[in-house]
Amino acid sequence: MVVLTGLTELVARLRAEGYRVVGPTVRDDAIVLDEIQSADELPYGYGVDAAPGRYRLRRRGDAAAFGHSAGPQSWKQFLHPPRRQLWTADRDGGSFTVTEPANPDERLALLGVRPCDLAAIAVQRRVFGEDSDYARRIDQAFVIAVNCTEPAEVCFCVSAGGGPRADTGYDLALTELANSRYLVEIGSETGSALLSQVVYAPAEPGDIATANDQIRTAENRMSRALPDTDLPGLLRRAAESPHWDDVASRCLTCGNCTMVCPTCFCTSVVDTTDVTGDHAERWQGWASCFDLDYSELHGGQVRTSGASRYRQWLTHKFGTWHAQFGQSGCVGCGRCVAWCPVGIDVTAELTALAATSDIDQPVPS
Amino acid sequence: MNTPEERPTLAVWKFASCDGCQLALLDCEDELLTLADRVQIAHFTEATRATVAGPYDVSLVEGSITTPADRDRIMRIRQNSRLLVTIGACASAGGIQALRNFADVSEFRSIVYARPDYIETLDRSLPIGEVVPVDAELRGCPIDRGQLLDLLTAMLAGRRPHLPDRPVCGECKLRGTSCLLVTGRAPCLGPVTRAGCGAICPAANRGCFGCYGPIGDPNTAALIPALRAAGLDEDGVRRIFRTFNAAAPAFADAARGEEGEQR
Repeated sequence: MVVLTGLTELVARLRAEGYRVVGPTVRDDAIVLDEIQSADELPYGYGVDAAPGRYRLRRRGDAAAFGHSAGPQSWKQFLHPPRRQLWTADRDGGSFTVTEPANPDERLALLGVRPCDLAAIAVQRRVFGEDSDYARRIDQAFVIAVNCTEPAEVCFCVSAGGGPRADTGYDLALTELANSRYLVEIGSETGSALLSQVVYAPAEPGDIATANDQIRTAENRMSRALPDTDLPGLLRRAAESPHWDDVASRCLTCGNCTMVCPTCFCTSVVDTTDVTGDHAERWQGWASCFDLDYSELHGGQVRTSGASRYRQWLTHKFGTWHAQFGQSGCVGCGRCVAWCPVGIDVTAELTALAATSDIDQPVPS
Repeated sequence: MNTPEERPTLAVWKFASCDGCQLALLDCEDELLTLADRVQIAHFTEATRATVAGPYDVSLVEGSITTPADRDRIMRIRQNSRLLVTIGACASAGGIQALRNFADVSEFRSIVYARPDYIETLDRSLPIGEVVPVDAELRGCPIDRGQLLDLLTAMLAGRRPHLPDRPVCGECKLRGTSCLLVTGRAPCLGPVTRAGCGAICPAANRGCFGCYGPIGDPNTAALIPALRAAGLDEDGVRRIFRTFNAAAPAFADAARGEEGEQR
């Protein structure tokens, strides 16, 4: 393995290769994901204090670029864009022409993808399928993972089946060492080819052991966990639990949990027409199962109560996602816990459901 | 271009209001001339003194009902309108002037006017929907130009307008604004307020002040502790719910709850 000193040359090289580099940067009192022009825009020296319903930046004692936990956005902001045009239609005399936008040929370089977010990207890829814009975008992207050495107080990736070490799905994986040194693991030929174009040094004795120690320490620092039980079975049994009303009394149904969730994928479609009536557009945009009009059908909404919408979200994420996609919809990144304005914690709600649910009760068919 | 007779007629009416929502129509500068080709602007005194007698295909109504004469007038307008659409917080919820609903109007009248006996007014500022049936509401103080154009183009195309019942939070997330409540930057009514504005205030680092009024089923009780944590005292919580949608039932109840706690 090799070591990079600083990331300036790596970012410059990616840009020179035509990639649009997206990485963490400080904006509006948070570490957001945005296009960066150079490595200077990384959030050096910033850490994060996250708790249920609370997120604060703090200055660290060092200049670490990745000494922070998950922020308000996930990579779906770029891989599953918040809004996109599906087609436009133009009237021409008695007929009309429908035009689909060209597939974007933009190549993204995702810098600083955490292992939980690599897992989330794999989950979304399975949702959208191999023949999807999503799969095309991620296949065209250059992915630089960063092993997690700084979990937040809201994180629970280990109990969600993941962990702080990236094992697959990247071109290069970094572990941040002291003094802006980055231990690099190569995950693909593309990664290897790019690395060969920048200056690196062989790893020094002890670098690998230090990196492993940091990752192991992170793994042991998870302060939250999902209940160790059959969650799909629990959620089937808990369909009529009084606990849903308890959550609903606290829940704003604002949908923030679904919007920050790196795997939530729901969208709605809006048609627009212009004043002339000769031009129409169809747009797809993020939607949330917490929106009242999300379940609107002929005659009204299906899920009118907050309890029914919270149950829908939690049951899909941890239960029926297994039946639909063969895995859980949660990767344990903790965003829904931190970015819920009233601090509702899915691990606590599932634990409460498990405590009140009768295990011996037959599962409704 | 259709002949004037073939174009649907549009009328714009004003009640107790500041005219700002009518200005949103004049503010559609790029589209206004095309729009004038498609609809016949039959009554719009903010723009032209020429008026055409009804009935009208669409009436846009700004302002709230505050006098007995206004109440009679809106009934005549309703009878003369195929579709009646309220524009803005005054017409949809009673507006800022609905603060009178929580006080003694006869006392105001005696303090403010030299000859209070000349003043004929209602005890409450009423949303249009409390007096006549309303076909659609454009929320906001002021309304959003884009939503107005969508409504008018929807009407022309015979499709449903896009008036989502979701909170402002969704629009913050779509534009990439990080949550003001969670980062502790400002108290924000976004989680209980209907979207449509594009979350412009939070994007300018300013908490949502609820000018679109409540979503269909707001949980204001759950939001109040978060507003307190973001720096509002009890009086501050009462005041944040008592602005342009003070009389919207969900916001009125939230403010009243805080008054109860103060006593």
